[in-house]
Amino acid sequence: MATNNIPTADDLERSGFVMRRRILDRAMRVMLFLCAALSVFVTTAIVVILVRESWQFFQQVPLLEFLTGTQWTPVFADAQFGILPLLSATVQVAFLAMIIAIPLGTIMAIYLSEYAPDAVRETMKPALEMLEAVPTVVYGYFALLVMTPFLQKFIPGLAGINLLVPGIILGIMILPYVVSVSEDAMRAVPNSLREGAYALGMSRWQVALRVVVPGALSGITAAYILGMSRAVGETMVLAIAAGQNPNLTLDPREGAATITAYIVQMALGDLPHGSLAYSTIFSTGLVLFLITLLFNVIGFYLRRRFREAY
Amino acid sequence: MAVTTEGNLGSAQDSTAAAVGAINRAKKFDLVFSAAGILVMVIAMALLLSLIGDLVIRGLARIDYEFMNSFPSRRPERAGILSAWVGSLAVMVTTAFLAIPIGVAAGLYLEEYARKGWLSNFIEINVSNLAGVPSIIYGLLALGLFVYGLDFGKTILVAGMTLGLLILPIVIVSTREAVRAIPRVVKEAAYGLGADQWQVMWNYVIPAARPGIMTGSIVGLSRAIGETAPIITIGALTFIAFLPPSPIQSEFPFVSFAWLNENFTVLPIQMFNWISRPQPEFHVNAAATGVVLMALTLSLNGIAIYIRYRLRRQYRN
Repeated sequence: MATNNIPTADDLERSGFVMRRRILDRAMRVMLFLCAALSVFVTTAIVVILVRESWQFFQQVPLLEFLTGTQWTPVFADAQFGILPLLSATVQVAFLAMIIAIPLGTIMAIYLSEYAPDAVRETMKPALEMLEAVPTVVYGYFALLVMTPFLQKFIPGLAGINLLVPGIILGIMILPYVVSVSEDAMRAVPNSLREGAYALGMSRWQVALRVVVPGALSGITAAYILGMSRAVGETMVLAIAAGQNPNLTLDPREGAATITAYIVQMALGDLPHGSLAYSTIFSTGLVLFLITLLFNVIGFYLRRRFREAY
Repeated sequence: MAVTTEGNLGSAQDSTAAAVGAINRAKKFDLVFSAAGILVMVIAMALLLSLIGDLVIRGLARIDYEFMNSFPSRRPERAGILSAWVGSLAVMVTTAFLAIPIGVAAGLYLEEYARKGWLSNFIEINVSNLAGVPSIIYGLLALGLFVYGLDFGKTILVAGMTLGLLILPIVIVSTREAVRAIPRVVKEAAYGLGADQWQVMWNYVIPAARPGIMTGSIVGLSRAIGETAPIITIGALTFIAFLPPSPIQSEFPFVSFAWLNENFTVLPIQMFNWISRPQPEFHVNAAATGVVLMALTLSLNGIAIYIRYRLRRQYRN
């Protein structure tokens, strides 16, 4: 028996200390695994809920009619369920947003990664992050109550509720995200490539456009695609400033409901759970989910391929 | 240069002149490019700052004691945001209690426990996809699962769970990054002394990763405060003229969780509600709510950035 107070391994075993630790260790391993598996459960739950709740819808409305119909009037007596008006508004707004975000974002990212002095970059990166935190409902306020009245002075025929202004605001909104993802990609291009190009006598813009941008291309593309996915899924700006009337139009000066704005409008109303009109929020939600899922998976693989390249 | 030594002097001068010209053109182009970069940045920043400035000018004067301590009202000058900010606070606390422990646990598992294989790969794709799912889809999930599936009603608890799921990927990703940055020697020393895996996690890995975890959690929470769409989708009421019961009671057992089952409203919903009204007086209220909301999210983000900045300095030394 030990004469001092330090317990031996045998003592610990006998007192159950080792056993208790071992049980705790195993239990925590299982707990942590369950927490990690929750993310898989959430994805599964999203798919199951969307499919189950829109099941009833697709039994009454043929899929072809849903995808090709040009009228969306779910609460009318003569209800029409063609998603094209909602889809066209969603695509137009996302397109407008990308027209703003892609060129501006790319120029800013190249500037920040290749030209800017350290001090500028170190202040701009946190500033961009702060801008990403501005709540979307505030951007909706900007679009409806500040930007639209201002632009109405210059653009004839611009309705108070329109697609143009939310598109522009959305572009500005996703700009910080596009800049920070594509700047990260450009910074990840190894310096040896830049130095090699400089040694061959290239100037800065040549290095930027012929070495860094091609080298970071899959990362930059991922930034565009993930930005687009955000624009498609954005809700509040559109619910506030793009209107709630389904409207199949190609004129961005008119208002038209997007998929997200439609879901918000329906959720605000008092539709009985289980009615056909109610199930439309899940069928349109399913379409939205599938579109963003496609973008997200493409973006994920592009980013990963880019990371593996260096 | 080797070519020009054999040719005549004239062509050498020509090619030098051509090279100098090319260099000058490249320099000029560099200047143009960098000017374009600065210009774009300044325009974008100026536009955003003037929008935010406009909001602050319109809204700031409306914020006073009365505004913070009044319930919403049909009369714009008597309306306030008491129920909204209390609701936001309650929802945020619920979200934090759910999302942070689960997110940290999931991040630890993926980074330290999971063997590289199809399962961890699958979970990783899953997490990155969840980060990109539009927030309104989380609202539909909550509506179908919590509100109608489990019959929880439109309560603070449901809102907290919904936003908790929404920010889970942010907490997971930041935990993983923080854990990855911990030097291997720390863990190996602990294992060498006979610690088991959970002891190493609890005593060394989690404390060392705490700043990174905190940064990610705060960023996630600031996103949760500003989220509107999922909360509208679960059908939260917009006119709430009462407060949830206090969590601290005067009688035993002194704490009560009855507030979790209460209806509620939050700041962004109150703001959305006021924006949608035609009267300009309500728009002033909306601007004031926006100022409060922005002050909250920006200060949270500022704290997060500050924690990360201090952390980075620590590692440099």
